[in-house]
Amino acid sequence: MTTTTIIAEPGHGRLAHGRGADGPAPTRTVVAYGFWIFLLSDFVMFSGLFATYAVLSGHTAGGPTGRELFNLQNVFIETACLLFSSYTAGLGALSAERAEVGRFYIFSLFTFVLGAAFLFIEISEFAGMVAKGAGPSRSAFLSAFFTLVGMHGAHVTSGLLWFVYMIAQVAAKGLRPHVLRRLLCFSLFWHALDIIWVGVLTLVYLMGVV
Amino acid sequence: MLGRLTWDAIPFDQPIPLVTSAVVLIIIFSVLVLITVKGWVPYLWREWITSVDHKRIGVMYVLLGLVMLLRGFADAIMMRSQQALAIGDSQGYLPPDHYDQIFSAHGSIMIFFVAMPFVIGMMNFVVPLQLGVRDVAFPVLNSVSFWLTASGALLINVSLFIGNFARTGWMNYPPLSELAFSPDVGVDYYLWSLQISGVGTLMAGINMVTTILKLRAPGMIYFRMPVFCWTALASNMLIIAAFPVLTATFVMLLLDRYVGMHFFTNDGGGSAMMYVNLFWVWGHPEVYILVLPAFGIYSEVAATFSGKPLFGYRSMVLATLGICVLSFMVWLHHFFTMGAGADVNAFFGIMSMIIAVPTGVKVFNWLFTMFHGRVVFKPPILWMIGFMVTFVIGGMTGVLLAVPPVDFIVHNSTFLVAHFHNVIIGGVVFAIMAGYNYWFPKAFGFTLHEGLGKASFWCWFVGFYLAFMPLYMLGLMGMTRRLQHIPDPSWRPLLLVAELGAVVIFIGILCQIAQLVVSIRTRESRRDLTGDPWDGRTLEWATASPPPAYNFAVLPEVETIDAFWEMKQTGRRAAEPPYQDIEMPRNDPIGFITAFFAVVLGFAAIWHIWWIVILGFIAIVITALVFGWSENREQEISAEEVALMERARLDAGRTA
Amino acid sequence: MEGQHCPTSDTLRRRFWRSGLRRCAAFFAALPALGCTQGVLDPQGPVADAERLLLFNSVEIMLVVVVPVIVATLAFAWWYRSSNTRASRSPSWAYQGGVEFVTWSIPALVVILVGGVCWIGSHQLDPRAPLASDAKPLQVDVVSLDWKWLFIYPDQGIATVNQVVIPVGTPVNFHLTSATVMNSFFVPQLGSQIYTMAGMMTHVNLLATKPGDYQGFSANFSGDGFAEMRFIAKAVPASDFDGWVAKARGAGSALDDPGYAELTKPSKAVPPTTYRSVDPKLFERIVDQTALSPDKARAGNAWCPPAAPKGG
Repeated sequence: MTTTTIIAEPGHGRLAHGRGADGPAPTRTVVAYGFWIFLLSDFVMFSGLFATYAVLSGHTAGGPTGRELFNLQNVFIETACLLFSSYTAGLGALSAERAEVGRFYIFSLFTFVLGAAFLFIEISEFAGMVAKGAGPSRSAFLSAFFTLVGMHGAHVTSGLLWFVYMIAQVAAKGLRPHVLRRLLCFSLFWHALDIIWVGVLTLVYLMGVV
Repeated sequence: MLGRLTWDAIPFDQPIPLVTSAVVLIIIFSVLVLITVKGWVPYLWREWITSVDHKRIGVMYVLLGLVMLLRGFADAIMMRSQQALAIGDSQGYLPPDHYDQIFSAHGSIMIFFVAMPFVIGMMNFVVPLQLGVRDVAFPVLNSVSFWLTASGALLINVSLFIGNFARTGWMNYPPLSELAFSPDVGVDYYLWSLQISGVGTLMAGINMVTTILKLRAPGMIYFRMPVFCWTALASNMLIIAAFPVLTATFVMLLLDRYVGMHFFTNDGGGSAMMYVNLFWVWGHPEVYILVLPAFGIYSEVAATFSGKPLFGYRSMVLATLGICVLSFMVWLHHFFTMGAGADVNAFFGIMSMIIAVPTGVKVFNWLFTMFHGRVVFKPPILWMIGFMVTFVIGGMTGVLLAVPPVDFIVHNSTFLVAHFHNVIIGGVVFAIMAGYNYWFPKAFGFTLHEGLGKASFWCWFVGFYLAFMPLYMLGLMGMTRRLQHIPDPSWRPLLLVAELGAVVIFIGILCQIAQLVVSIRTRESRRDLTGDPWDGRTLEWATASPPPAYNFAVLPEVETIDAFWEMKQTGRRAAEPPYQDIEMPRNDPIGFITAFFAVVLGFAAIWHIWWIVILGFIAIVITALVFGWSENREQEISAEEVALMERARLDAGRTA
Repeated sequence: MEGQHCPTSDTLRRRFWRSGLRRCAAFFAALPALGCTQGVLDPQGPVADAERLLLFNSVEIMLVVVVPVIVATLAFAWWYRSSNTRASRSPSWAYQGGVEFVTWSIPALVVILVGGVCWIGSHQLDPRAPLASDAKPLQVDVVSLDWKWLFIYPDQGIATVNQVVIPVGTPVNFHLTSATVMNSFFVPQLGSQIYTMAGMMTHVNLLATKPGDYQGFSANFSGDGFAEMRFIAKAVPASDFDGWVAKARGAGSALDDPGYAELTKPSKAVPPTTYRSVDPKLFERIVDQTALSPDKARAGNAWCPPAAPKGG
């Protein structure tokens, strides 16, 4: 059995180009792609919760319904906060790419505050419902509601904590390539949470009240 | 202080788990003492436990699968013996509450901790090599994935000697799995161990898809990828699309059990039907997650041991992707008897049959790979031929079960049990054995003993038929599954044959253990010095056996399918290539540490020891933060070192 | 024996193997015959009969492909083995359009055929489909408990445990629910099983064509007493059925609320019992989950099955 030295001779033979045939992709692409796939898997997880909510939304077991509980005014304020925080996060990402650290910090502050405002309103809503006896163990509908909306809220919470950690990294290490990659991942995460929220808004609140 | 954990949790009054636990603990303790005394701990820590090398991680996955196979198989032998003994007036030796745990553990372990690790391990080891690259996309994540899977395996085994396991069957349907009917820790062990390992599996899926889509050698367009990589891609896409559903489902059941929610309870408006639907939306793709890489292994083995390219490459790719998509459209066939109505049942029945089309195409293509080839009867192709004969029978009974009115009379009987063992053993297990024999030389540098390999094949093959053909008949005779006690003495002969089959399979497993021991002892005489013991066609055979950490000194330029074969045929050689410095990721303990705290968190959650749960969670977060802050995660292998290693390998190859 | 030539050890060994093999072969050959007089291969009603026919037809259709594939696998592997000098080799033959066309067509055709069988069969054998008969259907309400079966005859006002007596030739409309966990009501010789689920009602129509005692059990694991959760489906001539009802009304206790509460306590291997009377609303209350206490209602969630198809 002869041994063959397998070597690379650039420009030799019927080499293909494009279609992923230029060899391993650069790190930034690989990281963003992998994170994006993670987000897709998260969407699948949420869709399991959405499907369960859809099936159980009528199972109120003699307890309160969505129409009785939901305060659409608060919901719209929450939504505005979250969507606007995505906007400021986008502006922050652009500043980071352009190495404008000062503007990055300002936009990040807005992002954080708006995200925290969203959480504050949501937690108040939950606390109010529990105080009225409409907690998650009252009925299947409420279990599904608290879990779906609460899971989104948990993602927002961990996102904010992650964001604080990222700001600390920017402050300590500057806007280096690996820090920028992580900020990119955070942006993807934050915008994805918007997408989920639009689903929640529609399926849970709007359809629950109409 | 310790939640609901008390001394009562240890089964002092149950001899079988008590003795088993004692024996296992003694074995583990002895192994640890041996390792420490021989001074192997630094080596193991440095080279294996903290390794982020896909090859090492792949080997560890397969090792985990092998060890858990012994546990799952012990459960099987116990079940077979009980059913052979507890007939008519006899109650056998396993009371119901014990027997129920055994069949639940058997299924859970075999699916989650034997089949999945084997398959993921092989994909892990082989895919980067076949793609001609240095490692997977996220090597550290790879380590975390493995160790989380191992954590789940550990937790499920701890249930043997602290507390008890679920008594609900491996699918864990509510309302039986809800607090009202299963108040003890068993279901919690099930949920936490599978949830933790599920996170690991999901991350492995993300890793592998990114690798296959974004990291390939130059020139390797999609249609030049080996078929095993295509099946790995399809399987991992299924992992990404299916496992999160299981995660969500288990979150909901955990919330029911821990916080008193009403997702699947009988009261409060819960719907157990919802669980059944969600579970099988995951469950059906899961079996394709297992079987698609198995098909990929067969494709590689068929081509290599027939000395011919795989017949119908594009068809195979199309069929693989077709199966991938279709696998999401059939889940209801697992509960035709729940009363969904004729239209819904018929739709899902027809969709289930449609999946048989691409599967049938694959079988024909393997047939035509052998046709006009030169078939060499090494163990891998014996496993493949055994598969082809066995799997078509299992597929046939599957299509039978897909006809709802037929399902109405055999659902949940041993006919069903025989069917799924038929396809999982004939399909997945045989493939694992084939892949194990095929890639072992690549992983360890020496071949496995062939005679013992063939003996183990024949034992498994004959044992399988002895063990499961009677179950088909018994199912038609009215025997339902999961019976701790057999009502009808006329079933005894068939049950005895089934038990005999289990014994023969056990002999097969012993042959495999013997094969491993003998091969290690005689390894010097069976060294693979060329890296290509089978005259292979794909790029993994272009490396040394075992490959160096960096796999390829210079990434190969790919011009065709079966890139290595083409390189051998055209004799593409040149002067020694210009070696360059290679950057590889450093080893990292984060996988092991995360898993350690995951076990702590899981165990504490099961036993309601809340303060430890909180501490464990915080520890995991801190581990992540510390890791996230660290720099300098790569190490360089200088061009000179690379040159030395490559030259040594070429010299060894020339003297072969 | 005297005058006989003493057998050598070789002969003895050969005789042993041959007789042993013969016995083994006889044993294995006899095994399949065991099945033919039991379970789903011994239907005693039109539903089971039709389902068995479907099973056989589907197997036959598929064997047409499966057997040649198995034979071809073994034949190709053997003929094209590397030591066979007579076999022709084509080491680079990897594609041929005609072959591809056939390999896609054969499974597709089989699937189309079996798919048609599937569609038609599913509709004809929908559990809720009314069964053709001159006799007026009998209604039986079924409740799965831990670990026994309760049968309520709403029109006759009686109930039984672990035994359901039905008249021959009469379609029986079973309405089913569970008082606890999921079970599956199954009498193999009568055909279709159906799940029982708490808070929901499922429906299956069955008919027995001959008198006899048919084994029934739960086909979905439900806990420690599962293996003992067996019952008898006793088909009696139609003329005897009324007599049996009258006898049941005259003996046994009444299934009142305390009696039902007692029944819900876990027990296994319960011998067949009859109750002389039963609350007509009991089954409805069990489905609504108010049978044990009125305030555990789950308003608005009872699952309503789709309307039964008209005609067969």
